[in-house]
Amino acid sequence: MTLIYLITIFAMTVFLGFELITKVPATLHTPLMSGSNAISGITIVGAVGVLLTQLTYGEVGIFPFILAAIALLFATINVVGGFVVSHRMLDKFRGKK
Amino acid sequence: MDYTLLANAKDVIVALFYLVSAILFVLGIKNLSKPKTAPRGNMLGAAGMLVAFLTALVDFGVVVDPASETITTQFQYWYILLAAIILGSFIGVYSAIKVKMTGMPQMVAIFNGFGGAASFLVAGVFYSFEIAVGNTLGVPLLIATFLSGLIGAVTFTGSFIAYAKLQGLKIIPDKPLVFKGDLAFKGLLLVVLLVLGGLMIVNSTMPIYYWLVVLGGFILGVFLVIGIGGADMPVVISLLNSYSGIAAAATGFVLGNTVLIIAGSLVGASGIILTLIMCKAMNRSLLNVFFGGFGGSKSTEQTDDIYEGKVTSTNADEVAMILETAQRVAIVPGYGMAVARAATAVRQLTDQLEKANIEVIFGIHPVAGRMPGHMNVLLAEENIAYEKLLDLETINPTFDKTDIVIVIGANDVVNPVAREANSPISGMPILDVDKARSVVVIKRSLSPGFAGIPNPLFAKDNTLMLFGDGKQAVEDIIKAYKEL
Repeated sequence: MTLIYLITIFAMTVFLGFELITKVPATLHTPLMSGSNAISGITIVGAVGVLLTQLTYGEVGIFPFILAAIALLFATINVVGGFVVSHRMLDKFRGKK
Repeated sequence: MDYTLLANAKDVIVALFYLVSAILFVLGIKNLSKPKTAPRGNMLGAAGMLVAFLTALVDFGVVVDPASETITTQFQYWYILLAAIILGSFIGVYSAIKVKMTGMPQMVAIFNGFGGAASFLVAGVFYSFEIAVGNTLGVPLLIATFLSGLIGAVTFTGSFIAYAKLQGLKIIPDKPLVFKGDLAFKGLLLVVLLVLGGLMIVNSTMPIYYWLVVLGGFILGVFLVIGIGGADMPVVISLLNSYSGIAAAATGFVLGNTVLIIAGSLVGASGIILTLIMCKAMNRSLLNVFFGGFGGSKSTEQTDDIYEGKVTSTNADEVAMILETAQRVAIVPGYGMAVARAATAVRQLTDQLEKANIEVIFGIHPVAGRMPGHMNVLLAEENIAYEKLLDLETINPTFDKTDIVIVIGANDVVNPVAREANSPISGMPILDVDKARSVVVIKRSLSPGFAGIPNPLFAKDNTLMLFGDGKQAVEDIIKAYKEL
């Protein structure tokens, strides 16, 4: 039941994504890509999840804990870096007139 | 207090806020489709991410337990969380500010790699937890975990190899590295990975198989990208971008989290579309990019026949003179312009010509540069208005009304051979610069481009070759033009 509901969301979003992206002109492909790249850092939510729920699972050892922290670090680099670099690029598009 | 009600209320509120962030992502991408609204689009995306992050803190940090009638918070390790966020933000901002616009593709590649890594780590840690507390995962969940590990790992190493290639690191050659039995090796690796996936599902309490899948994914990522040449980088970057989204979506299935699925599949779809656009612009299939070994150096045999005695060489003074009589000038830049750091000079020339009421436009081929739309960013950095940057379909019908085309640092994308059969680039859409009244090609030598084939355009009657460094050549033209 839950699975089919998640698959529905997935399928609909893929179609929505196709619709949205085909309208983006070639001029904006690079910022689109770095912006969407930042959005793929949404795994940050999962990283926060596994880091905070350590205690729920009791003693799971230090190893998964370190991996969770690294995941959060990587996801943050992806998100923050991606949005900042897109912003820098878009500023250049806007800069003239 | 009714704790069951409270627990339900928390779940609903959390779900609603995840929905808000998903809507912000959709609006963000929608706004990114117009130059005017694009900065807002990026901001909306960032806002969506902030909402998602804060919601995650409540989602996982606040536990309402109806059985024991307690509300507990799980921020005991808040300092680790804070440290990771601060360090990650610092690294992200620092590298984003430092990077030059020419280095944008490798920057995106590396951020992408981090995203992929985060996905397989999260899925792996979650899987270990579930096993540690004795939960058994169903087959669909195990498949999602497998995919998250595999795709995340491929994205991670693939992106770093792409980074090394784009950055020109000596350890990895820019030329495709293809060895004997390369295809068989990749095929075998894929079979091994599928077997490991099967073992993972059968022995669902042994996380070791998951980490073996990740290891195999690392190796696959390396070999998928290492065999691809520099000219195909726009395709690879787009595809890796798509993978990072798909990995995030797979992780969303593992965690049962909707916002991961929505954001991940949006990015996955976006990457796939860009990949297809890039493939179409090179008239090649995705399979051909990965297994074709394009950009190898063969078929240079009739080079002499094509060029012998037919190439007209020119100098800056002559170019300045014909520019003076022109009414419409089109500039076709390739990645070579960026390499020669000639963009500033090109803009100065544009300014000069426009002062004399000469119309100047730019023809941008979809694969000019090292990632989709890269050339537009490089020219935008020089304050060249995006209205002047015309894409292939727009500029091609206007070349016969164009007096002079200046081709700078581009080769294969203006090669008329593409219109004929039996060449490595047959069918590839090109900029029809040979239809203009005259063509000036600024280039160091007659050496071939990535496709490794001669370009008959250079030998045409109406083509003038201006040999030399791109930046120097354009500066010489400006100087000669001012002295007229």
